[in-house]
Amino acid sequence: MNITEKILARASGKTSLSPDDVVFVNVDKVMVHDVSGPGVIAVFEKLKKKGMKIEKLWDSSKVWVAEDHFVPSVDQVSAQNIVLLSDFTKQFGINKHFKYGMGQYGICHTLSHEEAMVLPGEVYVGGDSHTNTTGALGAFAAGLGHTDIAYVLLNGKIWFKVPETIYFKLNGKLPNYVMAKDFILKIIGDIGTDGAAYKTMQFGGDGILEMSIEERLTLTNMTTEAGAKSGIIEPDQKTSDYLAVRGVTKYDEVHSDANAQYEKIFEYEASELEPIVAKPFSPENIAEARDLSTTALDKAYIGSCTGAKYEDLQAVARILKGRQVKIRTEVLPAAISIFRKAMEEGLIKIFMDAGAVVGPPTCGACCGAHMGVLAKDEVCISTTNRNFPGRMGHVESKTYLASPLVVAASAVTGKITDPRDLK
Amino acid sequence: MKGDVIKYQRDNIDTDVIIPGPYLKIHDYNELAKHAMEGLDKDFHSKVKEGDFIVAGRNFGCGSSREHAPIALAYSGIKAVLALSFARIFYRNAVDGAFLLPIEIDESTYNSISNEDSIEIDTEKNEIKNLTKNQTYTMKPFSELIGKIIAVGGLFNYKP
Repeated sequence: MNITEKILARASGKTSLSPDDVVFVNVDKVMVHDVSGPGVIAVFEKLKKKGMKIEKLWDSSKVWVAEDHFVPSVDQVSAQNIVLLSDFTKQFGINKHFKYGMGQYGICHTLSHEEAMVLPGEVYVGGDSHTNTTGALGAFAAGLGHTDIAYVLLNGKIWFKVPETIYFKLNGKLPNYVMAKDFILKIIGDIGTDGAAYKTMQFGGDGILEMSIEERLTLTNMTTEAGAKSGIIEPDQKTSDYLAVRGVTKYDEVHSDANAQYEKIFEYEASELEPIVAKPFSPENIAEARDLSTTALDKAYIGSCTGAKYEDLQAVARILKGRQVKIRTEVLPAAISIFRKAMEEGLIKIFMDAGAVVGPPTCGACCGAHMGVLAKDEVCISTTNRNFPGRMGHVESKTYLASPLVVAASAVTGKITDPRDLK
Repeated sequence: MKGDVIKYQRDNIDTDVIIPGPYLKIHDYNELAKHAMEGLDKDFHSKVKEGDFIVAGRNFGCGSSREHAPIALAYSGIKAVLALSFARIFYRNAVDGAFLLPIEIDESTYNSISNEDSIEIDTEKNEIKNLTKNQTYTMKPFSELIGKIIAVGGLFNYKP
């Protein structure tokens, strides 16, 4: 069995599983945020009206909560949702609630790794499609809707069809100025937005071993955009080092068997990869950044679980240091711990000296909710994950998806720019 | 189940157009329905009737995990979406929450059904009758578990 099949087998009490088997699996961790949380609360209310008694959750210690989409509160409705969420965690004794403006807070997927909320070998479900992100630590991590999450909160388990796994092998270390974002956009361009529908995307090869955990997280994060159920990378020394720094050394990690089966194997040579941009209106609509050098932009956005981790900010700073932005540029670190580190290491000063605005962690404009949404016909280059019509604002706004290096280089010139071509 | 078809001849109808991001803070299902399909079809709310079906192409419901998407469609009156394929979270949200039926159809069925056709769906026979064109098509049967969850009216009524 491969790593995903082994994790699901262990969690469902089976000795062996194959793709297409349907199993109820025991869940180790579950996450809700300020969109899926109120959704769960609405489901609970509906169940109570039907006569169900809901007095406690299956295991409150395995549940954690983030506030990230509509924070800082956008209006009275979203403010009320935060109050609802706080009442909910109090009522059910959920202690791991990352409250906005109280210590550590930020985007749920970023907290999942920053705070080591999910460990190798675990089954993790979250009420958000980019839950796949945390698979980079060697967990089975999948997004669910709020009815399914409500079911998990009460029963501790959920059904899954065992996915086929597609294996993406990267040979060699990524060249200078090419990032994990370029690699995953290239893959999505090759297989399409439903190229891995219902499947797992596993990444391996010496190129992946070379990659930092944060770069690996960019890969698994974007598996959602290929329709995947989950993305996963086998844990290695870098994984255990990453977790050890966060005080976690005990977990039961899982690896693929030597004779593991994969539905298909794709091989990429790192040396052949280029800075890639996904044009409107789909992450599969890719081109080389160099081929879009005449595309004029109105705005650069550096934010989200995909593209505002610490190393993403380092990449942006590498470009912006000593330069000025030519278009509106917004930098929103994905968690306040990252913001703090960026401040202590001088990155925030670099962004501000370049003329960019620096904002608090929020999903904000990535999902078109608030704090930087786009007007009709506005053109944005962004480190985020999706560019469907209206994703970041008006349905006739345009978003180009790219790596932090490409977005920063483009901010400097006002046109889509390959960072290697920057003077 | 009998109803009229609203057809969108396109693939990858994503959750951002089914129910745009700014509405995710809303959990009043009838309020969500007012904004269904707003990112793709501004007239949807005024033309949709109770019992209608949507017919669409590949990868319907791709993108976010927002259950608001099947909810907004269901509370607009949509009883089933017939598509060439579905994104996984939309599919399981539709079934587990018992909001609407996600029905997979083949290319020839997709091409045969036109906007505003009246159709009748029989999930026991896995049959779709086009009453306007007097044609009969087959739908892809639900898998065993999905069929059982649909039969009992959602995941919370299902006993594993």
